[in-house]
Amino acid sequence: MPEVATDEPGFAKSAGKQLLTFAAIAVLGLGALMFVLDALASLVGSDSGSSSAIEPELNMVTIAFEDEPPQLDSTQRADQISGRVLGHVMEGLLAYDEHSQLIPGVAERWEIDALDATFWLRKDARWSDGEPVTAHDFVFAWRKAADPAEASEYAFMMHYLKNGEAVSNGDMPLDALGVQALDDHTLKVELARPTAFFDKLVAFQTFYPIREDFFRSTNGRYSADAHELLYNGRFKITSWVHGASMMMVKNEHYWNRDAVKLDAIKVGYITQDTHARFNFFKDGKIAYTGLGAEQLSSAMENNFHIRRFQDGSLFYLEFNHQPHRVTRSWHLRRAMQLVTDSGELVNRVIKLPGYLAGKSLFPVYLPGVKETFRREYGEPLQELDRVRALEHLELAKKELGVKEIPTITMLIGDTPISKTQAEYFQAVYKETLGLDVKIDAQIFKQRLEKMTNKDFDIVMAGWGPDYNDPLTFGDLFASWNRNNHGDWKNDEYDALVDIAQNSMDQTERMEAFARMQQILYDEVVLLPHYERGQSYVTHPQLKGLVRRVVGADPDLRYARIEADAS
Amino acid sequence: MWRYTAKRLFQGIVTVWFIATATFIAMHLVPGDPLASDKAVSPEIRANLEAKYGLDKSGIEQYFIYLGNLAQGDFGISFVQKNRLVNDIIREHFPVSATLGLLAVVFAGLGGVLWGALTALYRNRLPDVIIMFLVILGISVPSFVVAAISQLGLVNLNTLLGVTLLPVGGWGSVAHMLVPSLVLGLSTMAYLTRLMRSSMLEIVNSDFVRTAKAKGLPPTRIFTKHQLRNAVLPVITVLGPAIAAITTGGFVVELVFAIPGLGRYFVQAVQQLDYTVIMGTTVFYGAFLVFMVIAVDIIYGLVDPRVRLN
Repeated sequence: MPEVATDEPGFAKSAGKQLLTFAAIAVLGLGALMFVLDALASLVGSDSGSSSAIEPELNMVTIAFEDEPPQLDSTQRADQISGRVLGHVMEGLLAYDEHSQLIPGVAERWEIDALDATFWLRKDARWSDGEPVTAHDFVFAWRKAADPAEASEYAFMMHYLKNGEAVSNGDMPLDALGVQALDDHTLKVELARPTAFFDKLVAFQTFYPIREDFFRSTNGRYSADAHELLYNGRFKITSWVHGASMMMVKNEHYWNRDAVKLDAIKVGYITQDTHARFNFFKDGKIAYTGLGAEQLSSAMENNFHIRRFQDGSLFYLEFNHQPHRVTRSWHLRRAMQLVTDSGELVNRVIKLPGYLAGKSLFPVYLPGVKETFRREYGEPLQELDRVRALEHLELAKKELGVKEIPTITMLIGDTPISKTQAEYFQAVYKETLGLDVKIDAQIFKQRLEKMTNKDFDIVMAGWGPDYNDPLTFGDLFASWNRNNHGDWKNDEYDALVDIAQNSMDQTERMEAFARMQQILYDEVVLLPHYERGQSYVTHPQLKGLVRRVVGADPDLRYARIEADAS
Repeated sequence: MWRYTAKRLFQGIVTVWFIATATFIAMHLVPGDPLASDKAVSPEIRANLEAKYGLDKSGIEQYFIYLGNLAQGDFGISFVQKNRLVNDIIREHFPVSATLGLLAVVFAGLGGVLWGALTALYRNRLPDVIIMFLVILGISVPSFVVAAISQLGLVNLNTLLGVTLLPVGGWGSVAHMLVPSLVLGLSTMAYLTRLMRSSMLEIVNSDFVRTAKAKGLPPTRIFTKHQLRNAVLPVITVLGPAIAAITTGGFVVELVFAIPGLGRYFVQAVQQLDYTVIMGTTVFYGAFLVFMVIAVDIIYGLVDPRVRLN
């Protein structure tokens, strides 16, 4: 092996110097490159900028989104992020105030009778281009939502209108839909059947207005970009850089503009990474963010203002009742019910603030006659009894004609929390009943496909409300509902859903829901797990942030910046 | 030279066609329904949706329609963002990924060559030991860890200083790019350092270096003209695939630093079974990789006179 050149000190020294020169040139070159990139960046990207979470001079709040809103066409919208944006920039006939009470929106007053409803629109409601919002804009939007060619997921919302179902199935023309403009400011609605909660329905986003001439002018790109959408809400979108940022500023044409306290809401960051959003919050860049289990302790250490709320969705285990499934056996389901302790699940397994143990299909916030439904009617007594569970298990084996219960397939989503939960129940059913449960974890779309194809024994499912009435949960298990994945059928239950849908008498309806709740428990149609909670942190100067179960959430429409106390 | 380029380009197009076909088949074999959603829809609406996306046709028909559109450079409309063209998604988000990737590659390339030369120069001495230890860390620690740690470091640094020295995330100025591109380029830089080091050590002992020394050339000239220039060749070879890998592999970094790049669409599309976006991004990235390798091969011929492009 010859002598290596680098071992000569003289060579190494001068070569080292040379290398240093190169490094210096490289750094200079990099600096120049960055200068060029900086200029280019303003062309290709957005400016997340250096604004703080709260900018009192600009009266602006900066926030982060988990995802890009995929769909800002109100008749097509089906997801939460788009709903959040739409809630800020659009207004329906009715709206929800900061206490989640129904208040007049575009409609000044309204009358709802058994089979028709009339809405009188305020004269000063305007679009962001200054044109008035008219009854025709609602007619156009509602027809569009029902139009089979549009294939909206929420077309079923129009089934409450006369001919709604026939129109959305393509059996009747669009103008047969039971809505018409008597004049520019009077909207007449004919209903398919008496609908006691129609006032709550029209606050839903599918019922927002869309102006026809503007829609046609966008050539199929309606709502694809900020300038391709027209706004009639408290805010309007002035810039939208896909995947990066969105700027919402106060809509100067909004009829109640004096009530809007913020001048601007800036969505400065869009990322699904909860931890990254928490870092933005810690760095003082965003005014609120949700907390996952990992961020909770850090938020407590930092003395952040931690708040919690239930987002309104219920998670539960749904059984498959088809004849070839073991879960068709009532005794088996009853045995599982007698050992399922949702309190233990929430307090010892999930251990996150805000979660409530599930006790009924109807979450706690749903309204009853005067108070909440659950306060007025309570929930079925939850029994836990292992000895009786084992008796039922023996009866189940006889009922099914088997020596041992075959392995039960539990279909779940692939999120960490549903896996933890599934493993917990797997262990519980094995230890207490000796049942073998196989966990079938699937990504979102595959789980949905398997649910639709009824390819499961039990499935971990969830449901969120569309409107603030128990029916939004109650009709899930009607035999005709496509979301009744386990094919459960009960004539009495169907009759009760029918009452809840058609009766105008709230007491009669609530009694129907109470009976439905009891039937679901007695027949063991589902095992409620929890009402999902969320914990989040807010900037101390941000006041009036509203969290809701129905409508835009989180809601900054009523928010304001409070002067720094220090 | 031109013949060679034309031949390679033709091969490239065949490769891209193969990628497109393989992705198409694989995507349709993945279980799951791209049109499924939380709310079950009526059969009529379902049929309309299928017609809109051409899913009502047979697989073979879909394939040929797809190839036809691809030849015209039309990737269709996203399943998730129903009023956005996949072409628009690529056009709006690829420049972001490309800018970030370019900067990362520059970091990786320059850093790799410099550190590699340095370690070779000080072989088995302290700088070599320290740098090679860091190199092993850089290669083995996954980018999501590096990204999260560096972001947390930034937060703490800003808190400590009381001012925002560098933004924690977002996009818009060079300040936003600095840390993410370093993180993105880190593992490539580590890999290139190793490559450069071994290639330098090989060159140092070669005949022509000894000749140069015997001729009495000044050390700086030997180092730059004879050693560095020859040692850097293997680095250039892997740079092409590295550019493509960095530009396409930025998903985690884009997520952590809230950067609106194409990487996130690339990954999310698969999770959401967004057929058109899967096809669009895969074919686009595939073509990008293939043509980047071809470009490097051609450049290689220009740099190294021993390589004849025939």
